[in-house]
Amino acid sequence: MTVLADTWRYLTDAASWQGPGGLWARTVEQLLLTGSALVLAVLVGLPVALYLGHRGRGGFLAINISGVGRAIPTFALLALLVTAPWPGPQEFGPYGRAGLATLLALMLFALPPIITQGYTAIREVPDEVKESAQGMGMTRWQQFFRVELPLGLPLIASGVRLALVQVWATATIAALVAGPGLGRIITEGFYRSNYSKGIAAAVVVALVALVLELGAAAVQRALAPVPREPQQADTVRESLSGT
Amino acid sequence: MRVTLLAAAAEPSCYSRLTNEWICGAYLVDRRGELVDATVEHVLITVSALVFAVVIAFPMALLARRYPRLEGGVLGLSTGLYTIPSLALFPLLVPFTGLSPSTVVLGLGLYALTILVRSMLEGLKAVPADVRESALGLGYGAGKLLWRIELPLALPVIMAGLRVATVSTVALTTIGTLVSFGGLGDLIRDGVETNFRAELLAAAVLCVVLAVLLDALLVLAQRAMTPWTRGVRA
Repeated sequence: MTVLADTWRYLTDAASWQGPGGLWARTVEQLLLTGSALVLAVLVGLPVALYLGHRGRGGFLAINISGVGRAIPTFALLALLVTAPWPGPQEFGPYGRAGLATLLALMLFALPPIITQGYTAIREVPDEVKESAQGMGMTRWQQFFRVELPLGLPLIASGVRLALVQVWATATIAALVAGPGLGRIITEGFYRSNYSKGIAAAVVVALVALVLELGAAAVQRALAPVPREPQQADTVRESLSGT
Repeated sequence: MRVTLLAAAAEPSCYSRLTNEWICGAYLVDRRGELVDATVEHVLITVSALVFAVVIAFPMALLARRYPRLEGGVLGLSTGLYTIPSLALFPLLVPFTGLSPSTVVLGLGLYALTILVRSMLEGLKAVPADVRESALGLGYGAGKLLWRIELPLALPVIMAGLRVATVSTVALTTIGTLVSFGGLGDLIRDGVETNFRAELLAAAVLCVVLAVLLDALLVLAQRAMTPWTRGVRA
């Protein structure tokens, strides 16, 4: 396979990593895009999801947002945002006009898993735990911050983790509207029949996805209120409800 | 200025360069053929990708259930495919398939595989052991057991996976425009490149409508195939 050999040569050539359009610069662009989209989605989606979960309402909404969100092609959303007279200026910090549109499209793309998982996480804290917290005289705020949130945290984190990897891989479609990120190298290589270049960029995307996935898994494990063993979680539950 | 106004008067269509409206009935009528063609292509690509995925996923799920040692590998393989970005998947396939619809069908099929293998495996595993044993006791062979007992019981879980796969495949088909076989995605890209809002919005909306329609179709099919579940809910 000469294509694979060429890909390896492209990846190991220092020149392909340097410069404004090089692999390194594009990776940083895409990381910036992914990170900000995820932060925005968490800031917007999580409070709503947690509130709905805490009140035990809007389950229909929270679950169905996921289905509807999946039906909307991110590319169509991106295309609409790029063509629309807003959002604003031609240049927007490190993102650029197309980057800004991508940022918004990715944020909306990240919302469904964050909202659905966040809602479920709080909702599925066992009723007896909530009741015992109430019986101990906790206020609603205390119940939420000291009982529901810590117990729901692993599931909330898994929603964010899912969104992170999906957003990272999807961010490449910014290239379809001439936006930033590794997708540019993929499409450039493809349009010029320089397949090894496109494949090299795709390999970088997949590798970073793997690193992000492993990092997120480590963070998620660290967030577990009761580490590892599920039996321990049961004992906590019992000790709380036993009082 | 006067010339512009005259030109506008001469071409009252709301999709002329001068107005570039988002919503335009005249466009939908004028370009009906184009829209229908793109929609048909979209449906064909989506459905073939799903059929391809089901055909591959089913034996994979059966294998993984039969040999638990393979389970981790099968799930790992189908999940690993997901880390390849959709934009990169098509160019990756082009050296093998050329610029043809099969590139898109293959790529989308591989993506759908992840969801389908998982749901098929989960569905089959959830069939209660005593049900299987009683069927075996009644003299059911392995094949008959699978088709008459296990698959019908696993159907709700499998269908749930198929619905997710269908909806996301409809959305992902648009990316196929990269190799010029994206169905409605081709119109979306053309809309971006020529800054033509009516075309862009019409194609995007059609895409969502298509996803909702196919999803509804699957729900109806599931209800028809599992008549026994209806009484339970009521």
